[in-house]
Amino acid sequence: MATYQEFIQQNEDRDGVRFSWNFWPSSRLEATRLVVPVSCLFTPLKERPDLPPVQYEPVLCSRANCKAVLNPLCQVDFRAKIWACNFCFQRNPFPPSYAGISEVNQPAELMPQFSTIEYIVQHGPPTPLIFLYVVDTCLEEEDLQALKESLQMSLSLLPPNALVGLITFGRMVQVHELSCEGIAKSYVFRGTKDLSSKQIQEMLGLTNSAPLGQQGRPLVPQDAAAFCRFLQPVHRVDMNLTDLLGELQRDPWPVPQGKRPLRSTGVALSVAVGLLEGSFPNTGARVMLFIGGPPTQGPGMVVGDELKTPIRSWHDIQKDNARHLKKATKYYEALANRSAVNGHSIDIYACALDQSGLLEMKCLSTLTGGHIVMGDSFNTSLFKQTFQRVFSKDYNGDFRMAFGGVLEVKTSRELKVCGAIGPCVSLNSKGSCVSENEMGVGGTNQWKVCSLTPSTTLGIYFEVVNQHNAPIPQGGRGAVQFVTQYQHSNTQRRIRVTTIARNWADAQTQIQHIESSFDQEAAAVLMARLGVFRAESEEGPDVLRWLDRQLIRLCQKFGQFNKDDPASFRLSESLSLYPQFMFHLRRSPFLQVFNNSPDESSYYRHHFVRQDLTQSLIMIQPILYSYSFHGPPEPVLLDSSSILPDRILLMDTFFQLVIYHGETISQWRKAGYQKMAEYENFKQLLQAPLDDAQELLHARFPMPRYIDTEHGGSQARFLLSKVNPSQTHNSLYTWGQETGSPILTDDVSLQVFMDHLKKLAVSSST
Amino acid sequence: MSQQGYVAAPPYSQAQPGMGGYQGGFGTGPAQPLYGHYGGPPQAFTTPPAGMLKSPASSAAGMPPPPVSSQYSPNVQQNGAHPQSGYEYVMKVLKDSQCLSDNITIPTECCCVLSVAHQPFQTPPPPAMGQPQMLPGSQSLNMSPQMSSSQSPQASMSMTSPQMPGPPMAGVGRPFPGPPPPGPGGFQQPGPPGYPQQAGKSDPFGGHMAGPQPGMPGAFPGAPGSLAGPPQKKLDPDSIPSITQVIEDDQAKQGGQVLTTNIRGQVPPLVTTDFTVQDQGNASPRFIRCTTYCLPCTADLGKQCQVPLASIIKPFASLPKNETPLYVVSHGDTGPIRCNRCKAYMCPYMRFIDGGRRYQCGFCSCVNEVPVFYFQHLDHMGRRVDLYERPELSLGSYEFVATLDYCKNNKPPNPPAYIFMIDVSYNNIKSGLVKLICEELKTLLEKLPRYTQEDARQCSTRSVGFVTYNKVLHFYNVKSALAQPQMMVVSDTAEMFVPLLDGFLVNYQDSRAVIYNLLDQIPDMFADTNESETIFAPVIQAGVEAFKAAECSGKLFIFHSSMPTAEAPGKLKNRDDKKLVNTEKEKILFQPQKGVYEQLSKDCVAQGCCVDLFLFPSQYVDLATMADVPSHTGGSIYKYSNFQVETDGEHFLRDLRKDVQKSIGFDAVMRVRTSTGFRATDFFGAIHMNNTTDIEMAAVDCDKAVTVEFKHDDTLNEENGAFLQCALLYTTINGQRRLRIHNLSLNCSSQLLELYKSCETDSLINFFAKSAYRAILNQPLKNVREILVNQTAHMLACYRKNCASPSAASQLILPDAMKVFPVYMNSLMKTAPMLGSTELSTDDRAHQRLSVMAMGVEDTQLLLYPRLLPLHNMDVSSDILPAPVRCSEERLTDCGMFLLENGHSMFLWLGQAIPPDLIQSIFNVPSLCALPELDNVLSKKVRSIISGLLDKRPNSMKLQIVRQKDKPEMLFRQFLVEDKGLYSGASYMDFLCYVHREIRQLLT
Repeated sequence: MATYQEFIQQNEDRDGVRFSWNFWPSSRLEATRLVVPVSCLFTPLKERPDLPPVQYEPVLCSRANCKAVLNPLCQVDFRAKIWACNFCFQRNPFPPSYAGISEVNQPAELMPQFSTIEYIVQHGPPTPLIFLYVVDTCLEEEDLQALKESLQMSLSLLPPNALVGLITFGRMVQVHELSCEGIAKSYVFRGTKDLSSKQIQEMLGLTNSAPLGQQGRPLVPQDAAAFCRFLQPVHRVDMNLTDLLGELQRDPWPVPQGKRPLRSTGVALSVAVGLLEGSFPNTGARVMLFIGGPPTQGPGMVVGDELKTPIRSWHDIQKDNARHLKKATKYYEALANRSAVNGHSIDIYACALDQSGLLEMKCLSTLTGGHIVMGDSFNTSLFKQTFQRVFSKDYNGDFRMAFGGVLEVKTSRELKVCGAIGPCVSLNSKGSCVSENEMGVGGTNQWKVCSLTPSTTLGIYFEVVNQHNAPIPQGGRGAVQFVTQYQHSNTQRRIRVTTIARNWADAQTQIQHIESSFDQEAAAVLMARLGVFRAESEEGPDVLRWLDRQLIRLCQKFGQFNKDDPASFRLSESLSLYPQFMFHLRRSPFLQVFNNSPDESSYYRHHFVRQDLTQSLIMIQPILYSYSFHGPPEPVLLDSSSILPDRILLMDTFFQLVIYHGETISQWRKAGYQKMAEYENFKQLLQAPLDDAQELLHARFPMPRYIDTEHGGSQARFLLSKVNPSQTHNSLYTWGQETGSPILTDDVSLQVFMDHLKKLAVSSST
Repeated sequence: MSQQGYVAAPPYSQAQPGMGGYQGGFGTGPAQPLYGHYGGPPQAFTTPPAGMLKSPASSAAGMPPPPVSSQYSPNVQQNGAHPQSGYEYVMKVLKDSQCLSDNITIPTECCCVLSVAHQPFQTPPPPAMGQPQMLPGSQSLNMSPQMSSSQSPQASMSMTSPQMPGPPMAGVGRPFPGPPPPGPGGFQQPGPPGYPQQAGKSDPFGGHMAGPQPGMPGAFPGAPGSLAGPPQKKLDPDSIPSITQVIEDDQAKQGGQVLTTNIRGQVPPLVTTDFTVQDQGNASPRFIRCTTYCLPCTADLGKQCQVPLASIIKPFASLPKNETPLYVVSHGDTGPIRCNRCKAYMCPYMRFIDGGRRYQCGFCSCVNEVPVFYFQHLDHMGRRVDLYERPELSLGSYEFVATLDYCKNNKPPNPPAYIFMIDVSYNNIKSGLVKLICEELKTLLEKLPRYTQEDARQCSTRSVGFVTYNKVLHFYNVKSALAQPQMMVVSDTAEMFVPLLDGFLVNYQDSRAVIYNLLDQIPDMFADTNESETIFAPVIQAGVEAFKAAECSGKLFIFHSSMPTAEAPGKLKNRDDKKLVNTEKEKILFQPQKGVYEQLSKDCVAQGCCVDLFLFPSQYVDLATMADVPSHTGGSIYKYSNFQVETDGEHFLRDLRKDVQKSIGFDAVMRVRTSTGFRATDFFGAIHMNNTTDIEMAAVDCDKAVTVEFKHDDTLNEENGAFLQCALLYTTINGQRRLRIHNLSLNCSSQLLELYKSCETDSLINFFAKSAYRAILNQPLKNVREILVNQTAHMLACYRKNCASPSAASQLILPDAMKVFPVYMNSLMKTAPMLGSTELSTDDRAHQRLSVMAMGVEDTQLLLYPRLLPLHNMDVSSDILPAPVRCSEERLTDCGMFLLENGHSMFLWLGQAIPPDLIQSIFNVPSLCALPELDNVLSKKVRSIISGLLDKRPNSMKLQIVRQKDKPEMLFRQFLVEDKGLYSGASYMDFLCYVHREIRQLLT
């Protein structure tokens, strides 16, 4: 039998699923004792080049409240042409088109290797993709210019039949009409007035006013044309739109000394949402919001226009001193929900040196599956390349984006769904498999994910409901089916079905099995997601305490130790890394707000709850590579001891890529040795991390901040703040020697953390 | 008799053509029944005040029955009465006939014994056209020179000058030969008989159609002078005071002269007279005119005479080229020197004392220190040595440079901007108006009031902006940097805002190319519009917001077609209810609808946003409401009903060009200060009043006048006289804040005679017109008319009682300065707003009402007495205009060609028998709809006269050509103000009669 590692890897590759436990405890009681819930990370649209979609519709269980899809786990009676649903045990006849099946002639969905299968279902006419640019014009000239160029460039990346629209805003909000010849025409909205969707549509002339025909003139067939005034196929208007973007001016209203520009982001979004809501409900659409600063007026205002009042900090928020926070958040949440209902997603591209109100606005993207990109300026490669990558294409030449996803989770009877954490909203579908116990977005077994990428990953949490006294027969398996309906970027409607099963195990007799089935990486990420989810609504210290308690309980449950003897504490291999993950998680910006602005925290958290396992782990515990003359590049401990003078370090925190030149290396570099032919090897050494970084940069969305620094450089702080401070200015270890570099911090090191953990785990008092 | 013989009474005294001859007239079918009706109510006679009518009954008894048809008998009787009671006047000049006698009476035979005295106006019985007059035998005066051909004999007879009281024209076959016709039925009120014909329309004063008549018969029973002994007097229309004559005389006397304004209480020449003003301490009459230049000393005296005390101030009046423009004075950073107590500005009425160290305010007598920098020694006369170097010490009008204290928010203002707002709904597109405007704007913009050269550097870049609208507004970005203009649609009409600032208001010169591009495209852009709904209030709001955003004042030019019915603030609905006409509720038609527009006016004024409204309606648009904002912001309202480019285009463009080029001040606040003893209490004009003293005007141009009424506070002193100072704070076209000061000194007297001598009729009528037009907002027309007549009678009666030499009660005596007052008053009462006629469009009435409110003296004068120029016999080689003739049909000749204009309308009237060669040379036959440009002297002359007049008037006028007896002649007729009104209203003579009767009642 393959190792668990292999099994897990295989499962992930095939189904995009990583469970925290790969043996499931067979009773509710046992399950709760395992501390880490039965849960999984699920990547609905995991790229599967080897999985051609089938061109027919899935076969559903006929029981009204089940509707599970026929899958390899179903028992099939080929003679009677009947299959039994493995979730509700309903016996269903095959549809007539399956008349020819037999043991040797099985449809794909019955074959075990097709535990994940994709169906193409086409109802109705294909709907084009819609891209609505919402552009802030309160930018510096240089920024605006860069943004304009990026936008113009993006037109060439869009599929020709995609509909595109443009809204610009500053003090006012302008919806540009794209169809007209001659004079450029736009509809203008006041930036301070909240309008209902109906009002917006009326003002844009999108509703049919009844008395139009009064003059006795024939009614023009307006509906289609009217919508199209603002949303036009790219191929028809790209010249026009390119010009329009080219002529885009900075917001013309003068900004007095000591004031921020008036930026009506709230109304602009409301107009964008209203426009799409009225014209293209339930159609895949991206609202792409580009902002260069915080909303300063109207609904959704985050900070006033007085420069002397700074934008809220964590300090203000904790002191309940952030005036606009609640109101703005509520406003954007309402917008996000409206947008989500219609399947439109909202991206935020925020490029500003100061905060731009992401804390309040993040829900727009979080709830609708949109992207958030944060940068310093639109005139940076970080933004430019990230933006370009939004339109990246897969091996089939299709966009790596999907729209209007609905994820439904079905479970076998012993299991119920507690909730999901990810870029989704609840669809409030209360089926029989929904648990009362909510974790994350719960109370439903269906979620809407307005926009999906191949890496979009949700954490899904389950509860074992089987009672202790009703044992599951030996060898029984629990099953979970994920049904994801979505609009593919080529406008097809598709359904991807993933059905997985895991064995039940009696925790009392088979605890080793369970322990060894523990996927500590998945568990760390899943627990981290729970923590981050909590952190949104709870005080930071509470969350940390909760995480600590979980960790201690887990160690108590699975550690081997003698009571009150910390030295005797041992963890099995399958859990050995878990405490370390927790240690770094505690220090991560997802849970620590110190040194981060509320916007940054929001940004980090946003990405954390949507990336797949690998990326999430990098975020929790950045990876560090060391380059030296002593051998090929090697991963090293994320520890201050790894910082050595003759090394070049490459750290990837997901958000940042830091290349750090050790003291000696940097002196050599300054001396220019790399330019000398005889030091070719030094040149290569310098080049090696750059190449690796390039590789990482290419694969990553959003583009990480790329930092090239050296010993003593100010930007070295990015590295120093991440590494485990095993040596500090007051550590007991001898410092000043070649064993690394001390960190000036009061943070505890991993060693101290572990010591405490052991002590608490073995303590009999807890 | 010299012209002074103005009398008013003549009509009554006029000899009436013989009755016999006219019997036919009476005999006309319709006349009879009605007549009977009128004649019927003898009660009318029973009621008359005793003094005037002595027992008509008895008199009747004494009279032989007139040989006329029986219907006349009542009148006859009545007439008879008068003679008996000795009420006839002898027609002779009572006073000496020197030219300047202050009052002139014409003895008239008229027995204005109108029994209906208590039944004021409705009752006047103007003769109907063609109505034969029943005249006492001896009288040959044509009572009412209407167009009846049958009358002409009389008319011509009456021409025979009144001086010759010769024997009446007997030849006419009158029934009553002999002077004292026993049945002076002659005076036979033509009215009653006339009635039938005109009754169809309505009664003279728009009163009751048939109602008043009870009193009627009595109304003009006056049989001219049979009893008066020398009844031989006959009076023809020429003998009653004639405005044209008065004007001509004044022109002859004072025309071309220099008026130096160094005399207190100096009565200026008439507005129609050409004269040059030399400012020597009092404001030119072009700026301020008063109803009287001698105030009564006490309030009681004022009450007694009932002559209103008012000034008509036209602060921006344009000055002829030969007069010096106003000097601009700067008093440095501290701002103009003002009295500490009353805040009056330094002016010639400040008396320097104490060796020049202090000065006493002429207005409140407060003694103020002279600021050090302003100190100057006094000469031996006690005058400052620098008197003649300082305009503010020696002139009546001048300007101060205002300091920041006088600016909004203590910031210097930005130059005002002009925004053109064009309604592009279906109607305007279809009529071709939009295209016309867009074409015109290209050249028009060049003509915008320019900054003077030296100011050019400091002018900011904003000056014009463009908006089009139908149900939504379209703003245009015409920034010079753009290749193409950009349109920004604002559909949030509930809460208006301006979508952009930079690029909306631009310097025309810089953005010319983009603006041209825009103007070229606008007509095409909306060419296939089918939007017929419009909004209005949000359009104005948008303008206000734009000015607010640009922190400037300015003017909106709105070209609008229809009633705003789209769902938006200020939406209007049709409330044109003809049923209200002639009822208590008629005033509702004139009142603007409450709500949005009221607030909008306030906003406009607060921001200095003047609104000029050009209306192109094809039906009722509720002008009363739509024009509410313009009429409170110093704006003008132009209306072109059923606009067609071919016929009205030029007319409209002329208006537009004039309007754009008017000299104008923005964001103005005016305050009128007076010396102690009286104060300004009421204000009329296109203004807004937030409190009782500050007159706020978003803008004030050279044609806008404010009429200010004064009341006594206290007793005035004859010696000191009375002063008034009008201070206008405003922003110039290039954005400077200035204070324009006009000072005027008046006399005071405890003698009413002095007051009457110093009256000015033109100003009086301006005041009356404005106050009446305001009154109709709150009172039924009937009351207003009654009040006007009563006050007229009262003023005249007071004169008669207190100033005139004793004379027979039956004489109508008019003060010289007021001798033509009744004509104007009568004309005023015949104006559309004052007539309760369903024939007139409600919008037109409201329009006229509002236009008059802002008019100056010149304009009201012309409006109420149009100019009628004979063109057929003029000297084509001379430069001067032909002398105007009186506005009466009898002045027209069949073979003549007349030009009539009143500042709003212009007619070319062609007689039936006009010589073909005349037509040929003017029109080049056969087209009679426009004046072609022909190369002959006559044509040139006519066209030059017309264009000369058009240049002179604030509004352009559309030339309408009417031919005698054609249908459109009716339109023309209504401007013949001496005649009986077209819809109703008395003729001049009838009115005089009526007033006389009133006076006599008052005197008894």
